Amino acid sequence: MPDKKLITRRQAIVAGLASASALVLPGCSEDLPPTYGHLLRMGDNFTYRAQRLLLPTQHPVREYARSEISSIPAIGTTDPGDTSHPAYTEELGGAYAQLRDGGFADWRLSVEGSVARPGLWSVADLQRLPRKTQITRHTCEEGWTAIAEWNGALLKDVLEACGVLPSARFVNFSAYDGWEDSIDMWDATHPQSFLAYGMNGRDLPVPHGAPVRLRVATQMGYKSMKFLRRMVITDEFVDPGLSGNIQNGWSWYAGI
Amino acid sequence: MGTKSRHSVWVRTSHWLGAFSVVALMISGYAILMTNPNLYWGEVGNPLVPAFIELPVSRNYQHGGWNEPTPFFEAENSPVSAIRSYDILNLNSWGRSLHFLAAWVMVFTGLFYLLLGFVTRHFKRRLLPAAGEFSGSEIWSDVRKHARLRIPKAASGAPYSPLQKLTYCVILFVVIPVIFLTGLTMSPAVTAAYPFLLDIFGGYQSARTIHFFAFVLVTLFLVVHLLMVVLTGPGQQLRGMIFGSRHEDARDAG
Repeated sequence: MPDKKLITRRQAIVAGLASASALVLPGCSEDLPPTYGHLLRMGDNFTYRAQRLLLPTQHPVREYARSEISSIPAIGTTDPGDTSHPAYTEELGGAYAQLRDGGFADWRLSVEGSVARPGLWSVADLQRLPRKTQITRHTCEEGWTAIAEWNGALLKDVLEACGVLPSARFVNFSAYDGWEDSIDMWDATHPQSFLAYGMNGRDLPVPHGAPVRLRVATQMGYKSMKFLRRMVITDEFVDPGLSGNIQNGWSWYAGI
Repeated sequence: MGTKSRHSVWVRTSHWLGAFSVVALMISGYAILMTNPNLYWGEVGNPLVPAFIELPVSRNYQHGGWNEPTPFFEAENSPVSAIRSYDILNLNSWGRSLHFLAAWVMVFTGLFYLLLGFVTRHFKRRLLPAAGEFSGSEIWSDVRKHARLRIPKAASGAPYSPLQKLTYCVILFVVIPVIFLTGLTMSPAVTAAYPFLLDIFGGYQSARTIHFFAFVLVTLFLVVHLLMVVLTGPGQQLRGMIFGSRHEDARDAG
């Protein structure tokens, strides 16, 4: 059996790089996604830190005219209730299929964590908040772009309605396709970050994340999670493991 | 050989850091391109709208095709949505992370190089043209010399020929800044703060297309640059760029 306490040269180099990056990137480790010693993840964290430092103001992204609304592909999971989907599970996919067949009347977004008023939000609850509309560009990491109109509640308004605590740093989302991801408070409180229930003036279609998806206009498309199920506000970074980006080789911060 | 000057330590350092990051940027950029090797113009471009150019590049992400498009509106030419069938998880994210990491190396190297280039007057003395040097006849005569491959063997380091100066200046002060700015234009968070970037390049997809053609120019430069190194004595050129040694130094050492 290999001696686990043995410090290999590789581990020493990794540890050295990690401590060097800790010097370059001040702040406690819970502020940042873990790198697991990977140089690429250190670079991602550097980009995140640099961008928050150099571009501290929450400027709105460009908005377009209705006539500029374009065709838009629906990719990734396009129906979590589809039993042929490789990520389908009875627990999540089966539950989604039931909600979908019931017109999402029983759908609830569970809001938990660092909030004064945790609870369950229906689509109607979200619709009681001021309805916002934006026509913005969706920017996919694959290199394609599309312009669509999104209707929904500002994530900021939802967080305020839940009494988000001052200690809160991250908003974590779980979806019905099993995916989990998070954004920081800067992106969460951006004036164009939406919980979108409508698209191009209609209810959000299933392939685009019905009944409610996240829309983060300042990030790559994959951060705008579809088929939302749960929203947990935390004071520290939470690594969702194999259900999330970092351990699948994806960048947590894709804003640049 | 009193008029020949060695490559100084900072020039050599920035050359190799730049070379390292350019190669990493080219490889990772190509991996990013392979996910969707179509180029578009304007703000919008995706598989459901016509491409400006379809590059003959194989894809590194396979999926199972598209279903019937569904229109959003009643109108005749309404924008549509179509479902792309899911096959495997896209495993090409390393390309973007490496691209940004290498871009950071390039940014810091570029700042270091620009600062020292001005402070040491390197740009003025060696890179920018002397009076009349970029005239049509000077450049043309240099082009003819190069076309006939009559390139002086001992030319490691400055002074550079007019064509060499022109090439370095175009790459350093035109192509690389264009790549830098079009790269930033593809960042939603950066264009939120600096929307004028979208205006100067005519939109996200135009910036992506220009970014690609600037990469093609850098690739062409790299090919010619390496060819010139080979034609003018690769051993001496490499010694010059690694150790800073001159022709005579190399002979003394040898």
